[in-house]
Amino acid sequence: MNLQLVLEQILNGAQLGATLFLMAAGLTLIFGIMNLVNLAHGSFYMMGAYLAVTFYGWTGSLVLGVLLALPATMLIGVVIEFVALRTLYQRDHLDQVLATFGLILFFNELIAIVWGRVGLFTDLPDWLSGTVDFGEAFSYPLYRLVILAVGIAVAIGLWVMVARTRLGMLVRAGASNRTMVAALGVNIRLLYTLVFGLGTALAGLAGAMVAPVYAVQPGMGDPVLIQAFVVIAIGGIGSIRGALAGALIVGMVDTLGRAFLKPLLATLISPPAAQSAGPALASMLIYLLMAAVLALRPEGLFPARGR
Amino acid sequence: MRLGRRRVVLLALVLLLAAAPPAAILLGQPFYIDLLRRVMIFAIAAVSLDLILGYGGMVSFGHAAYLGAGAYAVTILALYGVHDGLLQWAAAIGASMLLALAIGSISVRTSGIYFIMITLAFTQMLYYLGISLDVYGGDNGMRLPMRSQFGGLIDLRNGTQFYYLVLALLVLVVLGVRRLVDSRFGMVIRAAKSNEARTRAIGFSPYRYRLAAFVIAGGICGLAGALLINHTAYLTPDLMHWTRSGDILFMVILGGIGSTVGPVLGALALLVLENALSNWTEHWQIVLGPLLVLVVLFARRGLAGLLWREGDDD
Amino acid sequence: MTEPLLEVKGLSKSFGALRATDGVLLDVYEGETHAIIGPNGAGKTTLIGQLAGDLRPDAGRIRFAGEDITALDAPARSRRGFARSFQITSVYRDFSALDNVALAVQASAGHSFRFWRAARADAALRGPAREILRAVGLGARADVPAANLAHGEQRQLEIAMALATRPRLLLLDEPVAGMGAEESQRMVRFLAGLKGRETMLLVEHDMDAVFTLADRISVLVYGRIIATGTPAEIRAHPEVRAAYLGED
Repeated sequence: MNLQLVLEQILNGAQLGATLFLMAAGLTLIFGIMNLVNLAHGSFYMMGAYLAVTFYGWTGSLVLGVLLALPATMLIGVVIEFVALRTLYQRDHLDQVLATFGLILFFNELIAIVWGRVGLFTDLPDWLSGTVDFGEAFSYPLYRLVILAVGIAVAIGLWVMVARTRLGMLVRAGASNRTMVAALGVNIRLLYTLVFGLGTALAGLAGAMVAPVYAVQPGMGDPVLIQAFVVIAIGGIGSIRGALAGALIVGMVDTLGRAFLKPLLATLISPPAAQSAGPALASMLIYLLMAAVLALRPEGLFPARGR
Repeated sequence: MRLGRRRVVLLALVLLLAAAPPAAILLGQPFYIDLLRRVMIFAIAAVSLDLILGYGGMVSFGHAAYLGAGAYAVTILALYGVHDGLLQWAAAIGASMLLALAIGSISVRTSGIYFIMITLAFTQMLYYLGISLDVYGGDNGMRLPMRSQFGGLIDLRNGTQFYYLVLALLVLVVLGVRRLVDSRFGMVIRAAKSNEARTRAIGFSPYRYRLAAFVIAGGICGLAGALLINHTAYLTPDLMHWTRSGDILFMVILGGIGSTVGPVLGALALLVLENALSNWTEHWQIVLGPLLVLVVLFARRGLAGLLWREGDDD
Repeated sequence: MTEPLLEVKGLSKSFGALRATDGVLLDVYEGETHAIIGPNGAGKTTLIGQLAGDLRPDAGRIRFAGEDITALDAPARSRRGFARSFQITSVYRDFSALDNVALAVQASAGHSFRFWRAARADAALRGPAREILRAVGLGARADVPAANLAHGEQRQLEIAMALATRPRLLLLDEPVAGMGAEESQRMVRFLAGLKGRETMLLVEHDMDAVFTLADRISVLVYGRIIATGTPAEIRAHPEVRAAYLGED
């Protein structure tokens, strides 16, 4: 175990955290403001990826591909919100879970019909596929740093929006007292649509950004959705801060766990046992962590106040 | 004994299911014995979910975990040469109950969205665990070495004998759960769902009762898991995938939540529909998805809601 | 001098800068009917919440039947004989009136880990439940779903459920809230019939009810008890008059 490996894994963990933050932030906003459980959030991640790859293919530029995929995903999100989700706001969580589960099945199959089941493959453009050198000892893939940078930029942007703008104020107010905000004459429908659009755009961005490096296939959003749930459970529902903290924690624990748990175990127990126990335990790590956090703090680490 | 609508439907179902194997053989379609056996196994799982969902108000998106626990218990014992059916199935139920106790002790303290997310996360955790356990097949899975043995009593390799065993177990489970929900225990669960503050105010601590219900439901589903592995003879972590939990939820909703008999209808409807659709197109999920949305939006009380009024035979 | 059944010492709770409960001192003796009155915003809801076990006080102690119950949650208090009724009716709407009361009877009949016998056929539960329904005047409405009962009947059901747990103390949160004149009188007559047999702590706005029923009254203003005494004493108390009527 050398410093280079550790540094690399830490950065990997941060990058995974950035992706998870984008997913979790949207999910927690939508839940916090509109009290809507949206299982299909992962489907927008998937759409963002597919659209980005498609637009990249048409325009020849990854940047353009991602930039076009964002409004496209947002548009689809707004349409879905209008057509299918509006009636769900008044319904209980079970109904929302089931209906959005139905949407997942629909979208996964739709993607398979349009683009096939095998999946899409892209390469990074040359200018993004290099590495960045930190002195002589350490180098790291450029694109992963880009993902990390985008995640940080979005976090700052969201913070500015929530803390400084009128929309952000409505978001904070709505998160702690929805009825009051409506009673004050704010156009709740518009607010909801905007928030939903923002949430899906974030999910689409996450998908678009990872498209060149992860597998783009039907159902790709489902495991990420569950990880986003773990993030929110740990971080606390309804708060961006919680999403950030949770995402970083989950990203780090998962990445470092997968990398170092097996060798760590091998020093404690016999190597063959560590060989099978290591990966098994590593894959369960973030869920065990979630269980531990919830056992001590059932609302998560930074729950939104009020409500 | 008043014969209300619900009992009539149950009786009709049982008679239909009992008559199916000879009818199938007569028509030269033995495949239907297999299909209906699968329906009944999932019906057992769905009825167990209805106990905590329909009567307890606990929206568990992780019920498939207990299918897996039951199946893995049977397979692991078989791997080590333990083939006695009673032992295996007792272990399956026991393992599932223990698992439900572990997961429930954390999850049941929460409610609403947290409960959904947590149960979902735990079942996915078990799925990943199953994938990483290469010794039990990893993500490819493995064949069940030998079906559960019951001495001379019954041979599970005989499709029809197995079928009637499953039918008998299904009837037992349905009757048992009905008794349970009408008992003092069941009333507490239902009361806590109806009005939690009121339930606490008269002196019940809902947590312990809910946890007990969660464990019981897990155990019943573990039995379904033991049955399922004998049915498919192939162990795979897919059993614990969260979409499997979604399927079971779908069956409960489609059939009628909080009705005990409804989930049986739901399992029948869903699996028969799936079978029919998949013969028609490989993309049958694209029909099933919107169907679920429509059922949730417009036919909330499911098939049971169409067949009898709420509270009938209650 | 016997010890009070319920003793509240120095109870305080703040929400941010707002001191909703400010060092409340209260005692209720067995067999007494004790009313708490106060102008709007006095903090009655917060006080009730802390007495019932829904809210944790920041400071102070609650002793009930010689035991410190401050750290106990609502179900635990109920099991020790501390029954409450809600200001905003909180019954099991999808169950019949009889089911409602039977559940309350069941709650005080030991643990409910009984899985076989049908609760609705259990005479040990249904019998006492019917008795209580008859006593509060709902005997004829036993099989009506609670949601279909008139508002006044639902309030009666609230009381019935509280009585069904065979309590040592009844905490009644505005028992005649939202009732018309005739219904209120009926309820007050019923509660008057319980005087002496039951220990009651009631929070009420309706002054007629309060002065008819109460042996002693405590006045809550801005989270503090400013006066405790017999109805006559309270009526004459200068601070109380000032709090209710403003500067004279």
